[in-house]
Amino acid sequence: MNRIQNVFKNKKADEKLMSLFITAGYPDLESTVDLILGFEENGADLIELGMPFSDPLADGPTIQHSSDVAIQNGITMNKIFEMVKEVRKQSEIPIILMGYMNPVLRYGVKAFTQKAEEAGVDGLIIPDIPLEEDGIIKEHAAKNNLDIIHLVAPNTSDERMKLADENSQGFVYCVSVTGVTGARDGEEVSNSVGRFIERVRANVTRNPVMVGFGIKTHKDAQSIASNADGFIVGSALIDTIKNHYPDEGWQSELFTFVHSLKFGN
Amino acid sequence: MSTQTKTKTYNFPDERGYYGQFGGKFVPEILIPAIQELEAEFDKAKDDPAFNEELAGLLDEYVGRPTKLTYANRLTEHYGKAKIYLKREDLCHTGAHKINNAIGQVLLARRMGKKRIIAETGAGQHGVATATACAKFGLECIVYMGEEDMVRQKLNVDRMRLMGAEVRSVTSGSRTLKDATNEAIRDWVTNVDTTFYIIGSVVGPHPYPKMVRHFHEVIGNEAKEQIHKAEDRNPNYLLACVGGGSNAIGFFYPFIEDESVKIIGIEAAGFGVDSGKTAATMTKGTPGILHGSLSYLLQSDEGQIELAHSISAGLDYPGVGPEHAHLKDLGRVQYYAVTDEEAMNAVKLLSETEGIIPALETAHAFAWLKKLMPETSEDEIVMINLSGRGDKDMGTISEYIREHE
Repeated sequence: MNRIQNVFKNKKADEKLMSLFITAGYPDLESTVDLILGFEENGADLIELGMPFSDPLADGPTIQHSSDVAIQNGITMNKIFEMVKEVRKQSEIPIILMGYMNPVLRYGVKAFTQKAEEAGVDGLIIPDIPLEEDGIIKEHAAKNNLDIIHLVAPNTSDERMKLADENSQGFVYCVSVTGVTGARDGEEVSNSVGRFIERVRANVTRNPVMVGFGIKTHKDAQSIASNADGFIVGSALIDTIKNHYPDEGWQSELFTFVHSLKFGN
Repeated sequence: MSTQTKTKTYNFPDERGYYGQFGGKFVPEILIPAIQELEAEFDKAKDDPAFNEELAGLLDEYVGRPTKLTYANRLTEHYGKAKIYLKREDLCHTGAHKINNAIGQVLLARRMGKKRIIAETGAGQHGVATATACAKFGLECIVYMGEEDMVRQKLNVDRMRLMGAEVRSVTSGSRTLKDATNEAIRDWVTNVDTTFYIIGSVVGPHPYPKMVRHFHEVIGNEAKEQIHKAEDRNPNYLLACVGGGSNAIGFFYPFIEDESVKIIGIEAAGFGVDSGKTAATMTKGTPGILHGSLSYLLQSDEGQIELAHSISAGLDYPGVGPEHAHLKDLGRVQYYAVTDEEAMNAVKLLSETEGIIPALETAHAFAWLKKLMPETSEDEIVMINLSGRGDKDMGTISEYIREHE
C-alpha cells in the first residue's frame, strides 16, 4: 500500500483530509521544503507540489503569478526532485506532483516517472491530460508506482465519472466549479457543489474523493467537503504568502492560516 | 472527375484527432463535453446540405467569394522566370482569409444555440473577422488580444469595437497571441456552458485543426479550378506563410495528393532563426504540448514556452498547427523562414510592381520568391496565397521605412 492509500485508510470516519497545493520554488527556492514540513505539522494530510509552467491555462491569476515567480527563481524539474528527496528525509507525507504535461514531456516521460519515484513522489495530477490522452503517461507511471489522479467537474457525465474512477488511483479530484483555479466566495461554491458531490459519490466507488477549487476558510472546507473525503486548498495559500512575504514571520502567518483551515480557530 | 476514382492516400486526422504523432486533445476535463459536442455538431453540419447551402450563400454574397486569381505580370517580369499567380484572399470582406472560418464557426455556434462568442487574435484579422460575423448574426463577441498587439494593430482594435465587439487587453506573459489564447481558454473554461470559442487558426485541441481546415479548403479548391482554367494544369509550386497555419492549410490541402506540386510554407524568422528573437517554430522548435495539441514548439530545455518574435503580429506565435508538423515530418511540405527585413522588402516589391500592399504576414511568403525564383524556369508556375491586405500594417510599415532609410 502506498502513502496515498495509507492516509485514506487511516482517516477517521468524521475527519476531512486536507491536501495543500504549493508551487515548487514559490516564493523562493529555499522555502519549499520548509513549507511542506510546516504544512504537515499544521494539519496537512497530503501535499500537491506544483511543477511550474509558463502557460498554465487552467489556472487563475494567483497560480499564474506563483508559476511565473518560480520560473524566474530558476526552478527546474531536477530541483523539484531534490526538494522531494529533502522532505523524504524527515516525512512520509504523500506527495503528488501537479502540473501541465509539456515540461514532463520535455523531460522525457520515462525518465520523469523514474526520477519521481526515486525521489519519493506518490502520484501525479496533470490537468491537461484528460482520459482520452492518458496513454501518453499511464504505463510509465504504473511501472514506477505513481498514482494517476484524474479530475471530474460539474459538467462531467456520469459515464465519464465512472471512467475517471476506473483510471485513477489514490483519489479522484473534484473540481467544485467550472472555471479556473482561484479562491472564491464560499457560499457561492457550496450552494452548487452539494448535488455535484452526490453525483460523484454515486459514480466514483473505487476511490476516495477530494474536492478543490475556491476553498479559502475552514467553514468553506467543511461545507464544500461535507460529503467528500477531504478538501484541497491552493490559491488561498499562495494569496497568503503574497500578502506576507518577505516580511519577518511570513511563514508563521501562513502556518497559522493552514492550521485554521483544518481545525478552525 | 478523376479524383473520385483515385484512392485517397492522405487521411488525417485519425479518429482521435492525430496527424501522425501530432494533434490530440490536451485540455482540462471541464472542456471535454464542449469539445465532444462541437465535434458531433461539426460532423453533422459539414454533411448537411442546408448548412452548406447557407455557408456557400454567405461566402458568395457577404464575403465576396470566389476570390480572384491574379496573374502578377510585373512581378513575374521582375524575376524573369516562372509565371507567378496570386490567390487574392486580400479581396475577402475584412481583408483577409480569416473570415471564411469565422463565418463557418459562427454558423455552427448558432446551430448549437450558443449566443456568446469568444476569440483570440494576434494581428487582429481573426478578431475583426469574428467581430464581423457576430455583428452580422447579432451575437455577443469578446476578443482577447495581447496588449502589445493592440498597439501594433490599433486600426483593427478600432474596427472590432466599431462593430460592437468587446476587446479585452491581455497583459500576462508576452502580451501577444500566445497569452491572448491562454486568456480565451480560461474564459472558455469558466463559461463553457454558454460560450462558443472560435479559434482562428489550425491549432488547439481536436476537432479545431480539422474544422478550421475545412472552412478554409475553399481557398485551395477555388485556386485549383482557377489555375486549371487559366493554364489548364496544376502549378509547379505553392507558397504560403505559416504562423498557426490556417491560410496555408486551406490553400495546400486540395493539392496534397498531387505529388507533382511542390508545396512550401514560410514562417517568420524575426531577427533570424538563431537570433533568439524568432517565430520559426518548424525550423527551431521541438515537439511539445501547447493550447490543447501536440506540435512543434519554441521551448526551453525545461519545457517552458519561449517568447516568439516577429514584426508581424499574426506570425508571432511559438507554436504551429499539428498538421503542419506532420506535413513537415512526412516531407510533403517544405518549411523555411524569412526575417523581418526580408518580409519588409517583399512588402515594398509587391506594392511597387503590382499595386498590392500585402499584410506583413503574407509578405513572408513573397520574400521567399527571391530564393525560389532563380531555381524555376519560364515554363513553370508559382501560385502564392495572398492571404491578407496590408492596410492594418501601415503604421508598422511606415515606421520601419523611416527607421531604415
